[in-house]
Amino acid sequence: MNVLSAKRMLLTAVGAVAFAGSAHAIDISGAGATFPYPVYSKWADAYKQQTGVGLNYQSIGSGGGIKQIKAKTVTFGASDMPLEAKDLQQAGLVQFPMIIGGVVPVVNVKGVSGGQMVLDGATVAAIYLGEITKWNDSRIRKANPKLALPATAIAPVYRSDGSGTNFLFSNYLSSAYPKFLSTIGANTSVQWPVGIGAKGNEGVANMTAQTDGAIGYVEYAYAKQNKMAYVDLVNAAGNAVAPNAESFQAAAANADWAHAPGYHLILTNQPGAKSWPITGASFILLYSTPPDPAATATALKFFDWAYKNGGKMAADLDYVPLPDSLIKLVRATWKAEIK
Amino acid sequence: MNPVPAIDPAQAAGQRLRERMFRGATFAAALLVLLLLGGVAFSLAVGSWPAFAHFKFAFLTREIWNPVTDEYGALAPIFGTLVTSFLALLLAIPVSLGIAIFLTELAPVWLKRPVGIAIELLAAVPSIIFGIWGLFVLAPILQRHVQPWLIDALGPLPFVGKLFQGPPYGIGILTAGLVLAIMVIPFVSAVMRDVFETVPDVLKESGYGLGATTWEVIWQVVVPYSRTGMIGGIMLGLGRALGETMAVTFVIGNAHRISSSLLAPGTTISASIANEFAEAVGDLYTSSLIALGALLFLITFTVIAAARFMLLRLDRRALSSV
Repeated sequence: MNVLSAKRMLLTAVGAVAFAGSAHAIDISGAGATFPYPVYSKWADAYKQQTGVGLNYQSIGSGGGIKQIKAKTVTFGASDMPLEAKDLQQAGLVQFPMIIGGVVPVVNVKGVSGGQMVLDGATVAAIYLGEITKWNDSRIRKANPKLALPATAIAPVYRSDGSGTNFLFSNYLSSAYPKFLSTIGANTSVQWPVGIGAKGNEGVANMTAQTDGAIGYVEYAYAKQNKMAYVDLVNAAGNAVAPNAESFQAAAANADWAHAPGYHLILTNQPGAKSWPITGASFILLYSTPPDPAATATALKFFDWAYKNGGKMAADLDYVPLPDSLIKLVRATWKAEIK
Repeated sequence: MNPVPAIDPAQAAGQRLRERMFRGATFAAALLVLLLLGGVAFSLAVGSWPAFAHFKFAFLTREIWNPVTDEYGALAPIFGTLVTSFLALLLAIPVSLGIAIFLTELAPVWLKRPVGIAIELLAAVPSIIFGIWGLFVLAPILQRHVQPWLIDALGPLPFVGKLFQGPPYGIGILTAGLVLAIMVIPFVSAVMRDVFETVPDVLKESGYGLGATTWEVIWQVVVPYSRTGMIGGIMLGLGRALGETMAVTFVIGNAHRISSSLLAPGTTISASIANEFAEAVGDLYTSSLIALGALLFLITFTVIAAARFMLLRLDRRALSSV
């Protein structure tokens, strides 16, 4: 086999793709997280109508977004899992949060509807570790004295595809239960010791809905739009809170962004009486010394516009816009760090 | 008698050139296949090298798959791939054989065409449809009606019982095997039917002439005559079952675990790659997923090579027995 000519063929193919890409030079190009894709595309539509500049966003996943921006094939990358400050520095990237969302546990237990059950992080972690196996376990009963809980076996359902949702959820369980941190840890995919994996939010939702005794976790918009039996969680302040826009925004507002280098802040278990404990921001990655300054400037204009005008559109899709104090910080970062 | 007109030398030269160009074009097309195959093998080898260099042989023998600690082993996906494909063939071969025999030997003429077309249409259904159908339609039926019965009736038995224990999730290895069987049946049965149709009528009529029953003609004339083609069809089905991604991902439960129960969730090589590649961050993680791909390539290659070898031996035996 002639390896050299195989390589040459590959190069030709790459060249062809690059050429096809240049036809959309006027559009902003980005790639990454799937979670914020609906709101990004809604913003892009409105922005294109106003300015004529379009957005070409490939929702290939956070990992893919990081790879693409590092390979400089896109102007911005998007990730649900923030990069560490030292990684940012090494790659010459600037990172900032764009939109906030939350992850919500949902259950399928006979006689329990949305908002009736309260759990704390340690209990949910114990369920996903296989330590709690029945719904009438004393730990669940203690938190829910008014519910008549059946002796049904618990079927934990998890996201099988690597995702920001997985990251937020496993990060939350790790911070709430030391044993989860030491045996499983937090990542976009983790090795769950029990339960079944379903693909995507829709897979988890469906699996939970059709399995008696199941518990799963989905993005907030998904739980709300499908009217699933969500669970209230006990937050860091010890209060039981319901998942909604206010509790997500409370978590974001109470977070100490000013002292987080590279905005590396995961919004799980944030302080504050009303904070929802599994909240997360979705991030944008840009080069601090961009290879194509004009393209980056165009992208920044779009993000600036979205901060200013995108709040209502985001809320319509059950996302949560950033608090104003945070937007101010991000704008200062742009000025200071992007050339 | 008319004399043959002399060929114009210019025209002959033109014809020769066209011949040569045509030969070159077909040769290039054939070469392209080799180049592509070589390119795939090469990039798989390069991409998977870090994983194999880091984990060595243990990559093949460990069940662990932990992106947090960056430790990977391919045993669970290999196990899942082989078991689901085996189940699929176990279910698909008898059914396909039945379909093919019915269509070629027993079906009334007016039924042959509609059933044949239906099988071909089934083969054209995209795999994602089977996946969604498996998840939304088949899995709930299995969960509520079939699996509880399997667990109660077969679970307590010695040996066999181990295969049918645990909670009825609806999805898992068994469901994946079932969906794969349904996807493979059209391929296997279509090939078998075509092969059975090539059996010369003279042979069958001689059988009947000797007083053989339909059963005897089928098993002693038709099936032995088409053995080679049947194996080819089965291998085609196996190839599809081994590599099927989307439908399996939906219904297998996607757990990197090996369980003795067929009702438990598992994973396959292609399902793991489809699930995790987009979000795989880190060189070792990505490389381990590519290494899984390389293993699948190797398994498929081995299956096809084994099939070729078997066919070769059968051919030779058939020749020597003539």
